[in-house]
Amino acid sequence: MATLDDLKLTHRLFMRAYRYRRFDWRPGAYLDKPLAASRIALITSAGFYEPEQVPFDGSSLGGDWSFREIQNTTPVQTLRIGQKSDAFDHSGIEADRNLALPVDRLRELAASGIIGQASHRHFSIMGSILAPGRLVRRSAPELVRLLQEDAVDAVLLTPV
Amino acid sequence: MCHQSVGLVQSVIEKAGIPTVSITLLAEVTKQVAPPRALAVGMPLGYPLGAPNDPDLQKQIMMAAFSMLPLRSESPQLADFEAS
Repeated sequence: MATLDDLKLTHRLFMRAYRYRRFDWRPGAYLDKPLAASRIALITSAGFYEPEQVPFDGSSLGGDWSFREIQNTTPVQTLRIGQKSDAFDHSGIEADRNLALPVDRLRELAASGIIGQASHRHFSIMGSILAPGRLVRRSAPELVRLLQEDAVDAVLLTPV
Repeated sequence: MCHQSVGLVQSVIEKAGIPTVSITLLAEVTKQVAPPRALAVGMPLGYPLGAPNDPDLQKQIMMAAFSMLPLRSESPQLADFEAS
């Protein structure tokens, strides 16, 4: 397990002092059908984007709160990596994008009947967002709308 | 700050009625953001699905996360991943 003690001093001091935001999700939902009949979508904060998409803006002060759609059919290793944070080791996701956005694994689980199906698209956000207001007020509701449009039954999210 | 971004987006999606589960590499941050379901995998930052080019481990972690989806609770659920 990583702990804040593993981070560089500057990151560590910042993350200890930072007042983390919460969003009240209650009463909450739950999966009320078999996994084998469920459509699953993935969301990662690795800042992945497809080669022809506009890159994330790593220079914006509060953080780039936009998101990108990643098609389930996109060869995962062709994805570009928008995350520039030096808080973590990038070599793992450079070697295998499935480490953060396991599209190949999801497809395999669907092929073997363990999940119903992979959604036809997944989503990617940037993680380094210090001012998450617009992420919560603008991007997240838009993600909800797209997930509902895709009749997604459940979502797996992965930070890096 | 990835863990806050993921936890917040997760919470908004859950609120809208779609069940969600996330991986966490920093349980101490996830406890503060308090999303509905998180699986602590005990890996370094940058390695949420365990290891690159290790499909078996990646799928084990995904299945452990999926197993939390039927949980119905109004308190945040945080579980530890144990490799089989």
